[in-house]
Amino acid sequence: MWEIARSNKRKSVIFVFLMALLLVLMGGVFGEHFAQSAETGLLVAFVIWVILSIIAYFQGRNVFLAVSGAHKIRKEDHPRLFNIVEEMTIASLLPAIPEIYIIDDPAPNAFAVGRKPDSAAVAVTSGLLNTLNRDELQGVIAHEIGHIINRDTLFMSMLGVMLGSIVILSEIARRSLFFGGGRRRTRTSSSGGGQIQVILMIAGLVLMLLAPILARLIYLAASRKREYLADASAAIFTRLPEGLASALEKISVSPIRLRKINQVTAPMYTINPLQNMKLAEDSLFSTHPSTLNRVRILRSMAGGSGYDAYDAAFRAVTGQTRAIIPPSALKTAHATVPSRSRRSDPKSDPGTDQTKQAPSAMGMAGAVLTAAVLMDAAAEPVTPAAKVRETTDAIWKSRGYRFIPCPCGAALKVPPDYRRTDIVCLRCGRKHPAASAS
Amino acid sequence: MTGILLFLGIIAGLVIWVFGMYNGLVRLRNAVKNAWSQIDVQLKRRHDLIPNLVETVKGYAAHEKDTLERVIAARNFAVTASGPAEAGKAEGALTGALKSLFAVAEAYPDLKANQNFLALQEELTSTENRIAFSRQAYNDAVMQYNNKTEMVPTNIIAGMFNFKPSEFFEIEIPEERQTPKVSF
Repeated sequence: MWEIARSNKRKSVIFVFLMALLLVLMGGVFGEHFAQSAETGLLVAFVIWVILSIIAYFQGRNVFLAVSGAHKIRKEDHPRLFNIVEEMTIASLLPAIPEIYIIDDPAPNAFAVGRKPDSAAVAVTSGLLNTLNRDELQGVIAHEIGHIINRDTLFMSMLGVMLGSIVILSEIARRSLFFGGGRRRTRTSSSGGGQIQVILMIAGLVLMLLAPILARLIYLAASRKREYLADASAAIFTRLPEGLASALEKISVSPIRLRKINQVTAPMYTINPLQNMKLAEDSLFSTHPSTLNRVRILRSMAGGSGYDAYDAAFRAVTGQTRAIIPPSALKTAHATVPSRSRRSDPKSDPGTDQTKQAPSAMGMAGAVLTAAVLMDAAAEPVTPAAKVRETTDAIWKSRGYRFIPCPCGAALKVPPDYRRTDIVCLRCGRKHPAASAS
Repeated sequence: MTGILLFLGIIAGLVIWVFGMYNGLVRLRNAVKNAWSQIDVQLKRRHDLIPNLVETVKGYAAHEKDTLERVIAARNFAVTASGPAEAGKAEGALTGALKSLFAVAEAYPDLKANQNFLALQEELTSTENRIAFSRQAYNDAVMQYNNKTEMVPTNIIAGMFNFKPSEFFEIEIPEERQTPKVSF
């Protein structure tokens, strides 16, 4: 697994270098333009970058979670989600179990944050919990843990900080042109620069307008590549590419959009929340590869769940000849691994062909590596209503509400700031001591 | 003078290289140990859950004595097993017994609706998954380690410092060995 992180690091250097170059160029031109000294501009750019970096380093995770309205949950709030995260922690050999957050939002999606694998966090929306079954949820969580293991969370926040600095600089430039333009013009005429000065000025202006767009393109290109890698990692952790494929399909057909979302946070999600999901091609401006392609690749992983199978499927589906998985990773133990067959009850999930997947698990000399299909009983709420109740309860509990089950069948929810000693059931009128809530 | 320096440089390089290979082997061996302890934790977790499950099922399906006793016997056998190979066999038997227990539970709607039973079922399902995933991680670690101990040039270092290949962990489940039947 760490080979991927290492190879990623080498590739990341190019992206980081490009972004840094843009930032430096931007700072230089900015200084030259407004203060007649490139050094001042570089200093301004550097200071902005340092401040943003410090915030991102120490508070980035919390800021991100707060902006998306995520609440932390404990094991008793949603045992199944917790178990799935722990299972994937074991499968991925992550050094610590990530913290788990729930976002109260009907749009199904998820993201991971954290600069180190041992202090990461995973957040899922309530819509995701309501829509997906156990295998699919496992696939999504594996994808997010893949992001953590491959160090995408750290890398994307680094690039995000530089993108932010460039945007801020460009914004300052735009505003000062607007308000301070007059003063600048008099200075130019007094120094008597002439023709070259004007050309330089126009070039600087163009750069300042184009830099944020360029920076965003770099950011997006880096983000797209990482989605494929995280998908490949998810297939390896779960040994069940179909789980993630079917989850992606369900998420992409959902008509509901996320409420709290913006340009910078969008690349962190499993599926880009800002875009039209049906796009079949990878566009220059998309944060994620097309969902259709991702599902197709996962579904056509015929030879198992390893990197080589993903790589072959990627080439077959996209028609590209270049590999998506770093060559060093193809040499590791994770390169060739067989898949296992689907565990969930096929009755609850029409449209999946069991016989198609079974031979791939049995065929290879993979008795050693196959994760066993140990239990057929899928332990999850049978009806959709029960699933929704389970999720809403988890959200209440994550906000500090406590519960009192009333003999009449109702469940009283006690707010965290409830002061009175007892509470009356609204349905049957029974009195309960507030302290009995749990 | 330069000749001696060059010679010393090559020697130093070789020593560092050997150190690196040795450390790599140690790291892989520790990864195997760590992965094995993870399996152990999960197996123990399953052993701890079973008495609870049996008690809950008893309340609703007391006359399924055979199945319940088989689960308890398989559990007790698994608790005493030691070493990857023996534990693999015992855990396989336990998994089979649990499967039949859950199959029996299908016939009791009251039991299936019981909150306690549902929670236990989720915990056991998750534990089964964890065992499978830690086994997967263990076997991956073993494969990486064994490859290193057998391949040139690390096999020389492995031989010198007594790095022995590790056993794979296989769970014996009769159904898994059979070829899948496809009926049309």
